Amino acid sequence: MSEEIKEITTQEFKLNMGPQHPSTHGVYRAILTMDGEYIVDVENVMGYLHRGMEKIAENRSYTKFIPYTDRLDYLAAALNNWAYVGVVEKLMQIEVPERAEYMRVILGELQRIASHLVYTASFAIDLSGWTAWLYMFRDREKILDLFEMATGARLTLNSMRIGGMPSEFPPEFFPALEKLLDELPGCFEEYDGIITGNEIFQARTKNIGVMDVDTIINYGLGGPNLRASGLKYDLRKDMPYSVYDRFDFEVPVGEIGDCFDRYLVRMQEMRQSTRIIRQALEQMPEGPIMAKVPKVIKPPKGEAYYHIEGAKGWLGFYLVSDGSTNPYRLHIHSPSFVSLGAFPEMARGGNVQDLVSVIASIDIVLGEVDR
Amino acid sequence: MDFIKTIVELFEDKVEVIEGMDYPTFKVKKEDFLSVVTSLKTSEVLEFTFLIDLTAVEYDEYFEAVYHLMNLSNKQIIRLKVQLDKNNPSIASLTRLYKAADLQEKETYDLMGINYEGHEGLKRVLCPDDFEGHPLRKDYVMPDRGSK
Amino acid sequence: MEIKESVSNESPEEMVKKNIILTSLDKVFNYARAHSFWPVTMGLACCAIEMMASGGARYDIARFGYEVFRPSPRQADLMIVAGTITKKMQPIVKKIYDQMPEPKYVIAMGSCAISGGPFAGSYNVVDGADTFLPVDVYIPGCPPRPEALIQGLLELRKKVINPEVVKEKS
Repeated sequence: MSEEIKEITTQEFKLNMGPQHPSTHGVYRAILTMDGEYIVDVENVMGYLHRGMEKIAENRSYTKFIPYTDRLDYLAAALNNWAYVGVVEKLMQIEVPERAEYMRVILGELQRIASHLVYTASFAIDLSGWTAWLYMFRDREKILDLFEMATGARLTLNSMRIGGMPSEFPPEFFPALEKLLDELPGCFEEYDGIITGNEIFQARTKNIGVMDVDTIINYGLGGPNLRASGLKYDLRKDMPYSVYDRFDFEVPVGEIGDCFDRYLVRMQEMRQSTRIIRQALEQMPEGPIMAKVPKVIKPPKGEAYYHIEGAKGWLGFYLVSDGSTNPYRLHIHSPSFVSLGAFPEMARGGNVQDLVSVIASIDIVLGEVDR
Repeated sequence: MDFIKTIVELFEDKVEVIEGMDYPTFKVKKEDFLSVVTSLKTSEVLEFTFLIDLTAVEYDEYFEAVYHLMNLSNKQIIRLKVQLDKNNPSIASLTRLYKAADLQEKETYDLMGINYEGHEGLKRVLCPDDFEGHPLRKDYVMPDRGSK
Repeated sequence: MEIKESVSNESPEEMVKKNIILTSLDKVFNYARAHSFWPVTMGLACCAIEMMASGGARYDIARFGYEVFRPSPRQADLMIVAGTITKKMQPIVKKIYDQMPEPKYVIAMGSCAISGGPFAGSYNVVDGADTFLPVDVYIPGCPPRPEALIQGLLELRKKVINPEVVKEKS
């Protein structure tokens, strides 16, 4: 704000945004306190998609809850499946067969690319880049085709089971995946041309919604949002789970933590994901895909916390078991929910159009925010 | 592990180590809780600056507040557990230490009915404002599937 | 000359009965409406992503003339309820529906909008859009594929062009 503008006294007023608003990525609502065109404060209002997942979990058996995890972050169903079956496997101390782990890595990284594609697409559309949106949705369809081959569903995959994978990838999956991996780098180049290098896009994202790394840590944001602020910290690299310690990949980081950095980190991550999938395909061993698991899943009494590097941040499940067939308590730590906590501070002091950039850049999915 | 020893030496009888968990777990008394977390965060050797997760569980006899903290440089995770009174569960708020606690404490208040002392603006976030009760409590029975 | 005579011979009541111009205007309007719905963006949950995908290049909902998604309910005549309706969201969905000008149609997309789907019975979920909205077409699936959404829109097109088909059945 320049000095001249500061001198003019204005009256603050409230502005409602959402829950039915194309830029809120679902049914999120923000009550903005405005001073002229500048945002003084943002009040988060959520819960418009609160479906009571944690209570439902207590009323379903362990296996029955897997499809529900698809509907948490519906843009990254496979990663949600993974985090959930991971926590049950951790509590039951099940050793997942190697081949199944590699299959999970392939599905998980494909899902990460698909999720980031929707992120980039909706970022573009929020800044009125309709043409760009078409490109990402075109390429996302190719990934969804692969999901359909492997699991039979496009969006809600239900792709993993406690102890391994339900079925092998069909034979036509591998050539299609190879073809996709050959095509993707070219697609990323295209996005760079149409979005990254776009003058309007840069003007609306650079130095907007800046948050330094200490504040990000204080707000508890993990994943790409944390890395965009400059801290090189990736659960796949720093606390390797599954077989991630066997892959060679870079962890992209941003510089100052503005909207542009958050976008750029995700663009780089998609490239790294293709690298991981290639290595996983090369290393993938033969063998069983399902561990020996009892028919009725009854984890021993106890508790476990398991978190993975999700598409939106660190997705964690905290499970308490009383030894019965249903979870005693299942707490879902959703990264989008935590990201929204930092959103008011990022948006403060900016314009309304900056707010749209910020909310697009932190990548929220309301299914996960409200659970 | 070394840092467990450091924590036990630093806090002496304030913390009690629970064995056999996936992460080092400490039981903390409710009245010591805020001072323990403050030292965990600010101490130069420990530096648990990242609040991963915050939640609560209801047991037959008591409520339990569960916290997961992470040290980013040493990549260590610890879990803190605090027992709360069954009839009037309340615990000190962590909002002054971690901004991450703000929204998550609201959520736990909304769904589980834990009262966070010192939290400014504790209110429902997920359920409608006129919602009665706290859905994640065990005495809140979910109606059968499909019953209207 | 014949026409002039027949008009002059009939009483006004008979004229109204035989008035084919009025009904055919209705038909013309319906025909136009049915080939160009303007849906309001009512994306609530997972189904909204498939709704977006159907607007993408592969499924291209524009082939049928239904691509004009409007953020404002006042410019729309079709509400595609795509996703779980929660008790907190229900009054807002109703308010948006009320703001749409007549004639208006509702499509319940996905099992959540039909009956609550997998979340039926949850403490914060409404068991279907038809509990408070007049639903014209139900599209099953969780979520329905974009092809299913297109099929649903084509069914609605039939219904709008031939309203009597639905009337006879009820």
